[in-house]
Amino acid sequence: MSAPLLQVEALGHRFGRIVACRDIAFAMHAGEVLGIVGESGSGKTTLLNCLAGRLAPTCGRVLYDMRVKGSTDLYALSEPERRLLMRTDLGFVTQNPRDALRMGISAGGNVGERLMVNGARHYGAIRDSAADWLGRVELDPGRMDDRPGTYSGGMQQRLQIAKTLVVKPRLVFMDEPTGGLDVSVQARLLDLLRGLVRELGLSAVIVTHDLAVARLLADRLMVMRAGEVVEQGLTDQVLDDPHHPYTQLLVSSVLQP
Amino acid sequence: MSAAEKTRPGDPAYNFGYLDEQTKRMIRRGLLKAVAIPGYQVPFASREMPLPYGWGTGGIQVTASIIGPHDRLKVIDQGADDTTNAVSIRRFFQRVTAVETTEETAQATLIQTRHRIPERDLTDDQILVYQVPIPEPLRQLEPRESECRKIHAWQEYGVMHVGLYEDIARWGHIARTYDYPVMVNERYLSAPSPIPKFDNPKMTRMAALQLFGAGREKRLYAIPPHTDVRSLDFEDHPFEVQHWDEVCGLCGAAESFLDEVILDDRGGHMYVCSDSDFCRHRREQGHRGAMAGHEAVRGLTEQAS
Amino acid sequence: MTPMIAVKDLSKTFVLHLQGSTRLPVFDAVSFEVAAGECLALVGPSGAGKSTLLRSLYGNYRPDGGSLAVRHEGGAVDLMTAEPRTVLTLRRRTIGHVSQFLRVIPRVATLDVVAEPAIALGEAPESARARAAALLERLNIAPGMHGLAPATFSGGEQQRVNVARGFLVDYPVLLLDEPTASLDTANRDVVVDLILEARARGAAVVGIFHDAAVRDRVADRCFDLSAFRTAA
Repeated sequence: MSAPLLQVEALGHRFGRIVACRDIAFAMHAGEVLGIVGESGSGKTTLLNCLAGRLAPTCGRVLYDMRVKGSTDLYALSEPERRLLMRTDLGFVTQNPRDALRMGISAGGNVGERLMVNGARHYGAIRDSAADWLGRVELDPGRMDDRPGTYSGGMQQRLQIAKTLVVKPRLVFMDEPTGGLDVSVQARLLDLLRGLVRELGLSAVIVTHDLAVARLLADRLMVMRAGEVVEQGLTDQVLDDPHHPYTQLLVSSVLQP
Repeated sequence: MSAAEKTRPGDPAYNFGYLDEQTKRMIRRGLLKAVAIPGYQVPFASREMPLPYGWGTGGIQVTASIIGPHDRLKVIDQGADDTTNAVSIRRFFQRVTAVETTEETAQATLIQTRHRIPERDLTDDQILVYQVPIPEPLRQLEPRESECRKIHAWQEYGVMHVGLYEDIARWGHIARTYDYPVMVNERYLSAPSPIPKFDNPKMTRMAALQLFGAGREKRLYAIPPHTDVRSLDFEDHPFEVQHWDEVCGLCGAAESFLDEVILDDRGGHMYVCSDSDFCRHRREQGHRGAMAGHEAVRGLTEQAS
Repeated sequence: MTPMIAVKDLSKTFVLHLQGSTRLPVFDAVSFEVAAGECLALVGPSGAGKSTLLRSLYGNYRPDGGSLAVRHEGGAVDLMTAEPRTVLTLRRRTIGHVSQFLRVIPRVATLDVVAEPAIALGEAPESARARAAALLERLNIAPGMHGLAPATFSGGEQQRVNVARGFLVDYPVLLLDEPTASLDTANRDVVVDLILEARARGAAVVGIFHDAAVRDRVADRCFDLSAFRTAA
């Protein structure tokens, strides 16, 4: 059996006296989509940042199966090595696309940036790639020279997804990718994400407070509360047969339209 | 008053070169480091100068630190020796050093410049000092200084091509015409200061030492003689310099950087060399442009010669 | 012969933490085996835990004790201890499940809903869709409806879409929860034929069939869950 793509050992992070997350341990294999659910303040985003190489945990290790070096602690890497890994192998999709996009640069330039950062120097090839990816996230390539500010919120999120996936990362982290979008836009984005995850065989860690999003996208679920994982398992197991009191509360709190 | 001070050239109210000797040493130490690491921006304790920021305080401090009594100084602004900035800086150094000044590029040992590199090839006994407003080529794309340092340290320069990409996407070609980013010695990305990209090719393997000073931003950097300097570009959109359909109206030069000069308010205009010394030399050698001797340009040639 | 499914001492109790930690025991010490080509019908009154047992066999519910082995690619996998990704692989390759209600992703066309399991196994999308269309037609879902999302379909139509999705791939194990509940006679017969064909090719089937006539035609054994009820 192959080594896990991501292995987390006794991970914890604290901000001063506040414990954001503690005793997190799990392994994730290539092709898996892991959902992290829990209410706001439960430490989901802190955990995600630690996993993604953006925030050094206070304790514990995040082991990533690097292409050449094999399983390596993200935070034992030198900073340039980690940055290289983060712009090639890892992707990060934020809730607010404006945090990740360059608003003064065209949509095509935003997608192409990731390629240029990784060394692409052929304008025509960069542009073709950008147009292709805009098409794949269902944005009109004819508008690739428009700035993201002229796009709607849902389109900006698609643009961010194209910008993340254009370098073909092996593992993508998403922080509430459909948060802040209205329901119909959110639904279409979920369709798109689900299709891309299948098509590309992506591995992903998705933080969400929306159980429907988790059911649709995630194979596995971790339920977090007050910085700890209280329950984990297959998504449908956790949602259909929740064992922990908190998970039962979460599941029973969902409104049915 | 000691004997040495009595014989000191220049205005006796000031130390030679205006700056005190400790400051000059500090700047020279910074320059030595800058030369040792071509293209790397060395921080220095920039002093208040008797000119406002933006008037060349960085270049002036560099010049003041390296100038000696036997130097011959040339100061140009936009290629010309007779523009306000050039005239006032030249006068400043005359007053505080009493060194000989010249408009002849070939005669100068030290050339302080704003916005141009002289057309005439410089030699290995000359030093070119640039006045730099924004020494950080990444500034427009990355506002965080800490992040810029990391990008330089680890050569994560790919992001610089985003600006060039945008140009091609919008205009069909790289429209950036000045302060066009360069790789120095294939290591540090640097700002050539706001010289036209026409001058970029002159920077590579130049025989003269090139020193850069940014007063407000408190940075020094350097390109040692005979160092490789490469302008960024794309494989399918190689770096190109500006071209003109016209030639210089005074000397007929086709290979120099031209300025457009408005002659009247009826649309009359002409192109002339921006390097006034270069243009004058050509005229002295008998080259004639279409407007040479014309009534409308009499003031122009008289002033320039 | 090695059984396809081997259940041993399986027990399940629901604990409702939000309602005074009420304990709802469902079944205890359930043991049975199902061989290839065999069809076991789960029987018992409503609330006996038939669906809970079937969902446990699919890895959807997590029983509290016992073991639950399914034959998968030459070995036996205990669903009680298997890693999530192993359970997912089992679902993709070995266990087909026709649930009581169609639960699909909104806005996906019927044809894609049905073809998806085959595509996930690596079949070319065109061929999977062609087979899906044929199967849907056999279940009397007109081609005109294949391009629509099943959300607006009637109960019986949704049920048939669900059956088609479960039968497109030749799973070695089939779990059927009331596959004929809301179907008319003609469609019920098609489903019965599908189950018999699956058995003939060697599938081990475990099902809940409310309709005694259907049960008699497809199942060769009954397993009465009411005997395993435990007191609270």
